Amino acid sequence: MAAILSIKDLVVDFKTRAGNARVLNEISLELESGEILGIVGESGCGKSMTALSIMGLVPSPPGKITNGSISLDGEDLVQASTARMRQVRGGIISMIFQEPMTSLNPVFRVGDQIAECVLLHEDISKADAWARAVEMLTKVGIPEPEIRARAYPHELSGGMRQRVMIAMALSCRPRILIADEPTTALDVTVQAQIFDLLNDLQRETGTAIIMITHDMGAIAELADRVAVMYAGHIIESGKTEDILTNPQHPYTRGLIACVPHLEENPTEDRPYLSEIKGVVPSLTELGKGCAFAPRCPYKTPICEEERPHIEAVDKTHSVACYNVKYVVAV
Amino acid sequence: MAVIESSQDIVQSQSPWREAARAFRQSWAGMLGIFILILVILFTFVGPFFYPVDPFEIIWAPLTPPGATERAPLGTDYLGRDILAGLIHGGPATLYVGLVAGIITITIGILVGAFAGFYRGMVDEFLMRITEFFQVLPALLFAMVLVTLFTPTIYVVSLAIGIVSWPTTARLTRAEFLRIRNLEYVNAARSIGAKNRRIIWRVILPNALAPLIVAATLTVGIAILFEAGLSFLGLGDPNMFSWGLMIGAGREYILDGWWVVTLPGFMIFLTVLGFSLVGDGLNDAFNPKLRER
Amino acid sequence: MTMTLMVARRLLHAFLLILAVLVLNFLLIHIAPGDPADVIAGEMGGATEEMLADIRKTYGLDKPVYVQLGVYLTRALQGDLGQSFFYNAPVLDLVAGRAGPTILLVATALLFAVFVGTMLGVLASHKPKGIVSGLVTVVSVIGYSAPIFWTGMMLVILFAWVYPIFPIANMYDITRGGGFFDRVVDILYHLVLPALTLGIVYLAQYARLTRASMLEILGSDYIRTARAKGVAEVKVYGHHALRNAILPVVTIAGLQFGSIISGAVLVETVFSWPGLGTLAFESILARDYPTILGILFFSSLLVIAANLITDLVYRLVDPRIRTGG
Ligand SMILES: Nc1ncnc2c1ncn2[C@@H]1O[C@H](COP(=O)(O)OP(=O)(O)OP(=O)(O)O)[C@@H](O)[C@H]1O
Ligand code: SF4
Ligand SMILES: [Mg+2]
Repeated sequence: MAAILSIKDLVVDFKTRAGNARVLNEISLELESGEILGIVGESGCGKSMTALSIMGLVPSPPGKITNGSISLDGEDLVQASTARMRQVRGGIISMIFQEPMTSLNPVFRVGDQIAECVLLHEDISKADAWARAVEMLTKVGIPEPEIRARAYPHELSGGMRQRVMIAMALSCRPRILIADEPTTALDVTVQAQIFDLLNDLQRETGTAIIMITHDMGAIAELADRVAVMYAGHIIESGKTEDILTNPQHPYTRGLIACVPHLEENPTEDRPYLSEIKGVVPSLTELGKGCAFAPRCPYKTPICEEERPHIEAVDKTHSVACYNVKYVVAV
Repeated sequence: MAVIESSQDIVQSQSPWREAARAFRQSWAGMLGIFILILVILFTFVGPFFYPVDPFEIIWAPLTPPGATERAPLGTDYLGRDILAGLIHGGPATLYVGLVAGIITITIGILVGAFAGFYRGMVDEFLMRITEFFQVLPALLFAMVLVTLFTPTIYVVSLAIGIVSWPTTARLTRAEFLRIRNLEYVNAARSIGAKNRRIIWRVILPNALAPLIVAATLTVGIAILFEAGLSFLGLGDPNMFSWGLMIGAGREYILDGWWVVTLPGFMIFLTVLGFSLVGDGLNDAFNPKLRER
Repeated sequence: MTMTLMVARRLLHAFLLILAVLVLNFLLIHIAPGDPADVIAGEMGGATEEMLADIRKTYGLDKPVYVQLGVYLTRALQGDLGQSFFYNAPVLDLVAGRAGPTILLVATALLFAVFVGTMLGVLASHKPKGIVSGLVTVVSVIGYSAPIFWTGMMLVILFAWVYPIFPIANMYDITRGGGFFDRVVDILYHLVLPALTLGIVYLAQYARLTRASMLEILGSDYIRTARAKGVAEVKVYGHHALRNAILPVVTIAGLQFGSIISGAVLVETVFSWPGLGTLAFESILARDYPTILGILFFSSLLVIAANLITDLVYRLVDPRIRTGG
């Protein structure tokens, strides 16, 4: 299958008081149509920034895309005009966020907020847009959608609001949906519901999904492929199965080892990534070597000299580590 | 962002007051305000030594424009009295009214707000109803009535200003008390058996001080404006020489001589500007989060 | 709570406030030094014994205080605010005759301040360190610190000598003929400077407030959502953010209504605008207490009414209040 979205050598820099922070460092990713790509990594590693870069919403200033390309069917979004990006956002690529409680505008009815999205991207009457909003609310499993469409955000629970966000994101039948930790702020039972909903909708519409999450259980269950990020780098990517059963990067191995009983009980007890010993280095103080070196039990002198590039270990699996062979052998 | 800011926060959190003082020195508004206030104070308190002219004495032809004679560099008023002498001698009274009225305002406001916020329930309900009632009365008109009914001495004027201005402070104090009264250290004080009086004045109030200091600074400025407004309407203390008095007396002659009212008005503006800027600076200093804007 | 119940409660509340203002007026007459009858007659009125006796009778001043209060309240609620001995007219007529110009002045200034202020605030928030932002800050600090009558006088001087284009006194030109339409235009023309003087202070404050809340709101999650669905920047500012940023402005504008009326008293005096402010000024010179108290009462009424309106407006713009009860 062909990639509909391909990110190449993307670099995002933030100017901060402490100096330049390279929030994304030459990351490359491919998203194939209809697949679910998982992105995992510790807090602050740049997952959200990757998503915002694709949307063209990197807060600027202080942030800026300083290098690389993001191509959507061959069209580079980094170079695209603002007008074109407005068409893309919500029309071709949609996004839902981590904070359902605050992501909806408190002074507008949720139906209007969904309908607005439709009106922005389709040549359609207001009444039809409203009808579409109600239809979308039905689709995401909101009871009494006609009534709920007239509600204001504060009248809905967190899970409901996230469903509204999903309804809004899918209202224009986008080709790509980016879900940035869509369940972090929700109750455990609601989390499972939202993941199931995304899964069902994906099957039904064939939308490609980039699923950013801490939830390895959800990754195991939903994602076709996984990219692992660390301090602004993608350090490993491959098929979910390969990553989970045969992780090659020391960091990924740490991650997977931290997750208890992944296979036994994948849905009920959804474990989070726990921390690996040590802390993520400050992005303003990254040295020239491997970003993971300060925490890596396998490091060798070269690791601190030069940054390892991400290289294929087989057709579908790539890793950025000098000592893969050694690591795997242990 | 979180990572970088938190390290900054650690550096900053030694002593909040010292930190505020440092931030205040960095705020250009605050420093400009201090500078202006010092100028005004020097002008009115040291000025008489360098320019010993009686502001009541008639020294030249009435309504002489500024620069027309050396005897009255800033011109004369409608009676022929020296404007510059007036500006110099009018300051203390104006500042005095501002301070007294400001203190009255803040005192009433803090008392009402503290009791309402601390005791809540019926006390709060009652005090807030009174506050609301006072906010319904247009302050200047109410003060005008008070001053007219009683003799306009400097104290009546100050008291009138205080009586009409306290509600804002009361609301602010109440909000702070409501916020603080349930914090851990208040509960801790309560658990070791501290009396209510002690909790109000020794535990909560000191922690509510930052916004109240800002408010107090602004209140003095507002009180000075108030006094100026009353004087402009002819309701100032006629026996105290103040900028307000000059304004009130010159009001009918604005079209004959712009300087009679404009110049004392400018002094008042400058003084209030000083207080407002200091208030702004203090506000920035106490709220480091807002400083970025 | 149903809407009607809510409205009923509000109205009751307003009524109690009105009563309280009347009680205050009553108290003021009695607290003032001297004989209440003298106070009512006014010191400058040169009241004869006959008149004083008459006043004592109408107000029941020989009866116990609570009876007097009862008499006073009943009369006031029936619209009898007493008689001005200085103008020799019922206070109600005097006040009613002057209320229109004041309301016109205050409403114009307020609307001007709110609309232009929020606009400027939005513009300023677009470039938080830009020229508009700086201007808004400077004007608001200056406007806040300058005595309003002084600002007015500066404008008088400016437009009397330097650029004599706007009238600097009165509400219309009596020497000018013309029909109704001409009169309206003439009044608006005379309104420019007073309304500008009164409005500019609040305008700058609202601009500053809007700017601050816009900056906060622009960083919020729902604005990111709006952008993520492809809303154009103009609409992000003017629709999604502004609808939220206007809320604190509405609150403050409502709270400040009393102070705007106070400002109007001074502005009217500067520009000889024939409203309640100039009436208050004249009656204070004449020590005409019934009129002054009548003005205090009526302007409090205006504030109470304005608070009711603010409440309604707020309910319209903030659904959280509307449905939250
Ligand atoms: N406005 C900003 N200024 C400076 N640095 C920023 C800013 N916003 C984000 N960053 C930095 O960018 C990095 C990546 O942030 P990002 O939000 O992408 O992390 P994340 O992987 O999504 O984390 P989380 O799991 O907590 O959502 C972080 O280290 C963060 O400190
Ligand atoms: S490159 Fe070196 S330091 Fe980096 S992960 Fe591999 S072994 Fe560890
Ligand atoms: Mg994130």
